[in-house]
Order: sequence, then C-alpha cells, then structure tokens
Amino acid sequence: MENTVLRTENLYAYFGEHCVLKNINLSLPYNNVIAIMGPSGCGKTTLIRCINRMHELIEDARIEGKVFLQGEDVYSLDPIIARRKTGMVFQRPNPFPTMSIYDNVIAGYKLNGIKINKSERERIVEDKLRKVALWDEVCNCLHKRGTFLSGGQQQRLCIARALSLNPEILLLDEPTSALDPKATSSIEELIIKLKESVTILIVTHNIEQAARVSDFTAFLYLGELVEFGKTEKIFTVPSDKRTEEYLTRRIR
Amino acid sequence: MLIRIIKNRLFFGAIVLFSIFSIIPLFLILFFIFKNGISSLDFLFSSQILNAIVGTFILIILAGIFSIPLGILAGIYLSESKGRLVYFVRLCVEVLQGIPSIVIGIIAYLLIVVPMRGFSAISGGFALGIIMLPVIIKSTEETLKLIPYSLKEASLALGVPYYKTILKVVLPAGLSGILTGILLSIARVSGETAPLLLTAFGSCFMNLDISKPINSLPLLIFNYATSPYQNWISQAWAASLILILFVLILNIIARLIVKRWRIQF
Amino acid sequence: MVDHYSKKELIFKKILFLSGFFIIALLFTIFLTLIVSSFPSIKAFGLGFLSGKVWDPVFSQYGCFPFLLGTLITAGLALFLSFFFSLSISILIGEYLKKGTLPFLLKGLIDLLAGIPSVIYGFWGLFFLVPIVQKIEVFLGITPYGVSILTASLVLSIMIIPYSASIGREVIGLVPSEIKEAGYSLGATRYEVIRKVILPYAKGGLSAGFLLSLGRALGETMAVTMVIGNSALLPKNIFSPGNTMASVIANEITEATGKLYLSSLIEIGLVLFFLTTIVNIMGNYIVGRVKC
Repeated sequence: MENTVLRTENLYAYFGEHCVLKNINLSLPYNNVIAIMGPSGCGKTTLIRCINRMHELIEDARIEGKVFLQGEDVYSLDPIIARRKTGMVFQRPNPFPTMSIYDNVIAGYKLNGIKINKSERERIVEDKLRKVALWDEVCNCLHKRGTFLSGGQQQRLCIARALSLNPEILLLDEPTSALDPKATSSIEELIIKLKESVTILIVTHNIEQAARVSDFTAFLYLGELVEFGKTEKIFTVPSDKRTEEYLTRRIR
Repeated sequence: MLIRIIKNRLFFGAIVLFSIFSIIPLFLILFFIFKNGISSLDFLFSSQILNAIVGTFILIILAGIFSIPLGILAGIYLSESKGRLVYFVRLCVEVLQGIPSIVIGIIAYLLIVVPMRGFSAISGGFALGIIMLPVIIKSTEETLKLIPYSLKEASLALGVPYYKTILKVVLPAGLSGILTGILLSIARVSGETAPLLLTAFGSCFMNLDISKPINSLPLLIFNYATSPYQNWISQAWAASLILILFVLILNIIARLIVKRWRIQF
Repeated sequence: MVDHYSKKELIFKKILFLSGFFIIALLFTIFLTLIVSSFPSIKAFGLGFLSGKVWDPVFSQYGCFPFLLGTLITAGLALFLSFFFSLSISILIGEYLKKGTLPFLLKGLIDLLAGIPSVIYGFWGLFFLVPIVQKIEVFLGITPYGVSILTASLVLSIMIIPYSASIGREVIGLVPSEIKEAGYSLGATRYEVIRKVILPYAKGGLSAGFLLSLGRALGETMAVTMVIGNSALLPKNIFSPGNTMASVIANEITEATGKLYLSSLIEIGLVLFFLTTIVNIMGNYIVGRVKC
C-alpha cells in the first residue's frame, strides 16, 4: 500500500542524446504542496512533464526509469489515461478561446466524450469554480467566453479545469510568472487552500514563492535532485552547499 | 541644397500621382459596369441570366465539395507535420496556384469530359475545385500556424487524444481564418471563365443534371459580350453587374466581417 | 491498456498524410496528362514546334511561335507599363503612409482591383479601350482594328498591378528602421533614403513581386482573348492583332478536330505550364528568402 501519491525511481530524461534529468528519486506525500525550485535549465519543467507524459510529445524525447502514481506505473498506461489522472496548469493562462467559462470547466469531459447528465455537469462546474474562489465572480456570466476575464481569473479558471477530472495530483508549471503581484498572491492563497483536497507539485523560479506556499521543497541543479525535504529545513539549514549557494543567490 | 528639397517634394508628388492613377481604372470599370448594368435593368433577370446564376451556384457547390475538405486536411497536414515530404507538398501547392486556369481546364477536359464523352457540370466543378484548392490550403496552414502551442498543450494535458485536440480545439480556434480563405477562393472562382469553356461549356437550358453542360455568369458574359446582338450585350452588362456585386459582397464579408471574429492570442 | 485511442490516432495521421500525398499526386497527374496528350504533336514537330511560325489547322501545320511571341510581348509590355504604378503604390503604403485609414482604404481598393473577374476586364477593354485605340490608330494612319497587342497589354498591365504592389508594400515595410535612420542621420532627404537605402535593400523582394506579376500575366486568358484580335499571324508591331498561348487554347480547343490539332493545342498548354511554373517558383523562392 503506497502512502506516497507520487514516486519516481531512477528517473532519467533525454532530448535525443542530451540528458536533462539524472537519477531522480522522489517520494511525495499526500495532500501537501511540494515546490520544485532551481536555476533556469535545471530540468524542473521537464520533471513534471515526465509525470503526465507530456515530455514524450517532443520529438526525440524519452525517459528511463519509473514513475508511480498511487502505486501505478504511469508508463504502463495509455498516455491519454495517464494524463487524465493528473492535472496541469501552465505558465500563461490558456482557457479555450472558443468555449464559454462553463464549457471550459467541463472541457475535460466534453472533449473526451465522457457523458454526464446536466445536473451532474452543473454540480461539477459550481463545485470546481467555488474551489478556486471564482464562483461568486462569474456565476452570472458562465456562458461568456473565458477570454474576457483578467489574467488571475483566467489562471484560476485553468486550475478549475484541471481539477474537474479529479486528478490525483495537480502539476503547476510556474503558474504565476505571467501574473501581476495581486493576482499572484491570490493564486498562492488558493494553492494553500487546495492542498486539503489534492496534492500539488509546483515548479517555480521564485525562491520566495517556494518558501511561502510549500510544505516540502525539492532543489534541482543541472538535472540532479540535490536536496529534498521540509521547506522549513531547506531554507534555514540546507544540507548541501549548492542549495545554500542557490538560496543566497550565488548560483542563478 | 534647395534642389534636393525640391526633388524630395517632386518625388512624393509623383508617387501620389502614380498611385491615384492606378486606382482610376478601378473606378472606370465599376462606373462602366454600373452605368450600363443599371440601364439594362429590365434584362436583369432574364431567363438566361437566372439560368446562369443557378449554374454558377451549382458549380461553386461542386467545386467546394471537392476542394474544401481536402484543402482543410492538407492545410492541417502542412501545419502539423514535419519532414521532407512536407516541404515538397508545400512546393506543389505553390506550383498548383500558379498554373493558368486554362491549363487546368485542359486537364479537366482530358480527364473528365473525354471519358464522359460530353461536357458537364462535374468537370467544371472539378476544374474550379483545383483552382480553389491552393488558396484554401494556404489560408488553413497560415491560420493554424498562428495558433499558439499552449492551446494544444492545455487540451493534451487533459488527456484529450491528439486527433480530437486538432479537430475540436485547434480547428475551431482557427475557424475565422479558414472561413476567410474559403470565401475568398469562392469569390475568385465565381468569376472564372477560361476553364469552363471546355468543361461546363454553357447551355441555354436550365437543368440540374450535373452530368450535362451548364451555364455560368462569366460564361454568359463572355459569350454575349462578344456577340453582335445588342440584346445580348445588354444582358452581358446586367450579368456583369450581378457578378461584380457578388464578388464585392463576398470580399467585404470575408475581409471585414469574418476577420473581426478572429481570436486574438 | 486502452488501444483504440492509438488506432484512431494512427488513422487520423494516415488521413493527413494521404491528403498531402494527394496534392503531389494531383500535380504529377496534371504534368503527366499534359505530356502524354502532347505526344502526337511532339512526335510530329519536335523542338521545331517552338520556332514554327505557321499555325494552319487546314493544312495540319502547327507552330507555336506566333503565340509564344504574343505571350511574351503582351506580358513583358504589361510588366513594363505597370512597373512605375505598382512601385509607387508599394512605396506610398510601405514607407510614407504606413498606418491610418488612407492606406487601409488604398489597400482595399487595390485588392478590389485584383478581385475583378478577368472576363469583366475583357468586357471593359472591348467597349472602352478598343475604341480609344482605334482613334489612336486612325490618328497614326493604321488600319483601325482596335483590337491589338497594345490593347491586350494595356488591360493586362492594369490587372497585374495589385500583385506586385502588395508584395512590394510588404517588402518595403520590412526594411529595418535602423538602416533608414542611419541614412536620415547623415542628412539625407526622404527621397534620397528611399532611392539609395530602401529600394536597394528591398530589391530582391520587389523583383519577386514583379516575377509573380509576370506569372499572372503570362497565364491570363479571358481579358486577353477579348481584345487581342485572335490572329494566328506574326504581329508586325504592337498595333497588329495577335494572339497568346492561353488565348488560342481557349478559342480553338472546343473546335479542334483531329488528334494532331488537339494535341498541338495541348502542347501549347504544356509550354505555358512550364513557363508559368518556372517564373512562379523563382518568384516564390525569392519571397521565401526575403521573408526569413
């Protein structure tokens, strides 16, 4: 019985011959916020894309090793099924421009042809929009296009969309880097609230953000998992010299 | 120094003059058609012209059936796929676009009219379809290329298979651009005469049988304008008026209206 | 393992591939059909077809030269006549008036010019230009046919302005402002910057635009056939009636009796195909290079 929601075993990731992730071994506990930080190019985004099998969409990309989601080997499943078990939110908010807010939330069902009746649909839309604190703002214009919302609202819509399929883990790839400070802090508040219902893995290049929102932090440097542990500990008494140098900004 | 300033002013003046002169023929032609067309209003809906209008629509529909699905698919292929073949297909599209319409008429004649032993709307539709094809392919490709990858990513991350992502997310997002391309290609072929001379051939009878010859507005204009009968020439003016209005309206709809629907990223 | 997704994906990718392949197949079919149907004529006349000056269906003598000449003269003359007009529009909208309603309007009008069906150009040419040319011919003491190489070139020149103008406008607009500013900072007037900096820089793209205009003019059928006179004799001067390759095909193909007659007309189509393809590929190649 797994008590970790996500576990990677000797994970290597390649673009052609170039190795971008080396021997990553991570175990993530349920209902926590785990931040992945590190300088640009260290492999943070590649790591989460290996989890929901988006990495292999790039030509010549491949992995070695294993990834277990709730004990199940992600790479033994159909990639489509694997992706439905995880939710992903991207750097720039990307609601579907041809769909209304309502349809965006249940896009995971609609596009996949999963049939649900009307009352179930309405329940899901309200439930997820409330979860991301967007319901009160949009309940009267659910059938308007999602692109009329502000950046922060759009990103929350994307989170609601990702949550609609009830994934086991939510993968956030620098979700606030395209947002203004006010929207950023509201998203950070949201992340802390959401961890009660789902485990969150957030990639960030902002050290302060990692300190603010996460319970656990992983530090990646040049493709290696340098250190992983409770955020408090990592930020106060890091075990590895490289972590310390990154935190004090000697490495960028 | 003064000479240089004078030269500068003169140059600008010459540029403006030449530019205005280039537009004058447009107004001359429009004026010519409108003036003569309106004075032939009683001929406006003669039976021959109605026949030709129906024929034009039938030919456009046939051409559309052949070129729109194929054109959109090929456009998706060009914007989504990689490899040497893609480069070659793109080259073929460029070459196809440059082939004179009369040569395309010859092909339709040899491939369809001769085996069928007769002129027909089908052969005309086929020829017009080949002319429409490159325009639709190019506008589809260019529209899809402008759609950011993040849209596809969002859909793929939800576990939507690739083919559904293209058909249900990417294509709808590019609909306005694709529609513009289709409307403009229709505007282009509705005025085509040359290939129809040897395929649809023209006919005096209104018929909906697509395996028989059929008339179209530009064919009527050509045949009547070059005839010695004043009655027919007047009909040609009326038909020209209708054709120009049709082409104009399609252009306006395509460029001003459909373009407004374009989703900004 | 849910495999039906991968099957559907495969089918979709195959359909896309097939549609691309169909385009190539279509082009090759066109090419092969033209060659195969020209065989009788190629066998009968060989390369002499291109230089043969006599086109006489009655005696089964087919030479393409009068039409080749007619095509090259009308297209070349049309390009020459339209040159300064389309260049002016390119410079005006590409450099002087880049933004605002006036260039938008001008661009719209030029696009409209391109949208007018060629048969209507021919119609207008027949009833408006031909009488004018007749008056000129009377004034010069020549037989006032009205229809002539000159008339056809005049109509063509108007028709091809939009093609070179729109590409020219794009190319001139793409000239980097750094080098323009370098010119201005040396004290050059606008005219001098245009003439000595912008135009030389945009030379490649501009010639591509003119090549594409030329390609259009070479293949134009309807407007030409209505005002050129449709004579199979070698034109003596620009006031003579003549014919072009596209025009003679349109005129005679439905009445072509006999295999050789039809085959010769198709061979003319083949020559036209080669000519326009080469010009277009050259033009597109240069545009591709410039835009990168």
